[in-house]
Amino acid sequence: MTQRHDEPQRWLDDPKHVEWIFRVLVGACVVLVGIDFFLHRHAHFAWEAIPGFYGIFGFIAFWVIVIIGKNLRKILMRREDYYDR
Amino acid sequence: MIDSLPPGWVLIVGALIIPLLKGKLQSAWMLLLPILGFAQLLTLEHGNHGQLELFGYQLTLLRVDRLSLIFGYIFHLAAFLSVLYALHVRDVRQHVSGMMYAGSAIGAVFAGDFLTLFIYWEITAISSVYLIWASETERSYRAGMRYLVIQVGSGVLLLSGVILHFQATGSLAFENLIGPSGDLGSAGPGVVLIFIAFGIKCAFPLLHNWLQDSYPEATVTGTVFLSAFTTKLAVYALARAFAGTEILIWIGVTMTLFPVLFAVIENDLRRVLAYSLNNQLGFMVVGIGVGTEMALNGTVAHAFCHILYKALLFMSMGAVLHRVGTIKATELGGLYKSMPWTAAFCMVGAASISAFPLFSGFISKSLILSAVAEEHLVIIWIGLLIASAGVMEHSGIKIPFFAFFAHDSGKRCKEAPWNMLLAMGIAATLCVLIGTFPSALYSLLPYTVDYQPYTSSHVVTQLQLLLFAALAFAVLMKTRIYPPEVASTNIDSDWVYRKALPSLTGSVARVGGGAWNALMATLGRGLAAIRQGLNKLYGPQGIFARNWTTGSITLRVALMLGGYLLFYFVF
Repeated sequence: MTQRHDEPQRWLDDPKHVEWIFRVLVGACVVLVGIDFFLHRHAHFAWEAIPGFYGIFGFIAFWVIVIIGKNLRKILMRREDYYDR
Repeated sequence: MIDSLPPGWVLIVGALIIPLLKGKLQSAWMLLLPILGFAQLLTLEHGNHGQLELFGYQLTLLRVDRLSLIFGYIFHLAAFLSVLYALHVRDVRQHVSGMMYAGSAIGAVFAGDFLTLFIYWEITAISSVYLIWASETERSYRAGMRYLVIQVGSGVLLLSGVILHFQATGSLAFENLIGPSGDLGSAGPGVVLIFIAFGIKCAFPLLHNWLQDSYPEATVTGTVFLSAFTTKLAVYALARAFAGTEILIWIGVTMTLFPVLFAVIENDLRRVLAYSLNNQLGFMVVGIGVGTEMALNGTVAHAFCHILYKALLFMSMGAVLHRVGTIKATELGGLYKSMPWTAAFCMVGAASISAFPLFSGFISKSLILSAVAEEHLVIIWIGLLIASAGVMEHSGIKIPFFAFFAHDSGKRCKEAPWNMLLAMGIAATLCVLIGTFPSALYSLLPYTVDYQPYTSSHVVTQLQLLLFAALAFAVLMKTRIYPPEVASTNIDSDWVYRKALPSLTGSVARVGGGAWNALMATLGRGLAAIRQGLNKLYGPQGIFARNWTTGSITLRVALMLGGYLLFYFVF
């Protein structure tokens, strides 16, 4: 981290606070799945009734997109000046 | 004759006056034009106006209905915000170019026949290219050339299609071409050409790359103009002429998915936004393909919201580029310390495009998803849900995170200029207002809306999708699985015409040139042999040189007499 010494430390500069944000996020996810057990839902598809379906879907979809994108680099990545030469 | 000036002409004619004005008066005039144009829209009555017959063709210069009006509103709003954002720019040519571009896009939306549409279609291409060239770099010059060739080419395809369609049907009317079957395969060749012309401008898969190629090379302010008009004009044209065309559903879902993967690994953050723009168009195209009233409402609402939040995101990245001088993720980070307002506005745009409840994307994208679910298109629905997680990745997290947070790059700069902040502020406010009070936008849509976005189940499921996606990002970062940004170029379909074809023509030229040279050398040797033979007989040392002059005269006379004989014989 390129923290400059001539300026005051910000709240986000402290790794402890970043860890707090992460925990709040985890907490929010847990609460959202919890609500699912009590919420009656108008579903178009059967699997929508599974508690936490959207959460699991979002997590896996995000993960898979990043991993596929990362591996696409092996095929697609060229030097930055590839077209300029 | 024309009983009313077609919308768009206020901006087009007004643009020509901009160079005559100076300083504050010029700024005021530029801000006034979109407002005047908007006021004109409010006076228009529904129906076809400005009908005239030209060389036996029935033209309708002005068609006013709910579909054209809502695009007219948002185009004027986008023009106003873009002008405000660009107010500090001294290059007057960019102002004229941007204003004419916006005006011609507005004119196109109100065109009632294909010939009028074609003319505006080409003006948008020609007037906008300067916004790319104005970057005044070698790259922007070349990207602008490619942009111009492809855009004008789409216009040529459109015109060819219109001519064929006119020969087949005798109609130039800009209306639904596909009929209730929704099958493009059974349509005439003219209709297919028109479809492809729209598809190029709408950045269909494999026809898309002009967008990611050119938009990031335009000027800071030019990209904001460009992001609003060209592709949404294509969405409008598709909604008008191809609503319910089944193949659009598949094209659309492909468009939502593949740009997401490119966005993950792209380093230029404005290019990430161009891929994101492509992905958003996919949602709209799916809605057009489904073609029900709810789906078309969804497409139009999404286009409306999208123009605002996409402009907002391009504005925030433009402000970073303007102040820092680079927009590469590898060189940015920690900018929230220097540009807190820009960071905040960017996050509003990010929340809107990711469709967080209370932000605009939430109330428009859900119309499309619900329409897809109601038609029980399971695979499409799953595809769009994956794409929604993808939007969260590249626009919801990547853009704000790598520019304003991530590791501190140590770069410090001034906050964006006041006019940029004001434009971003207005756009951000609208994103929140539309998201929080959707009924105002819903009342403008082409069909009556019978939909309630804010049900507890919808809010909870959407928050689950988005927050778990964010959680996945956090875990990927903590475990260092998330791919680091790398300064690089990623090849896309433009590789075909930027590398493969040039190198192919190069090889053809080399091989062909070699063969030509070999042929010439052989011929040369043959000719030399003949010449040598003649020389042996008739040259200074030859047999006939013993009586040199007589000998050569004999030969010439013999040849002449032979020729005469031949001539006489033939005729």
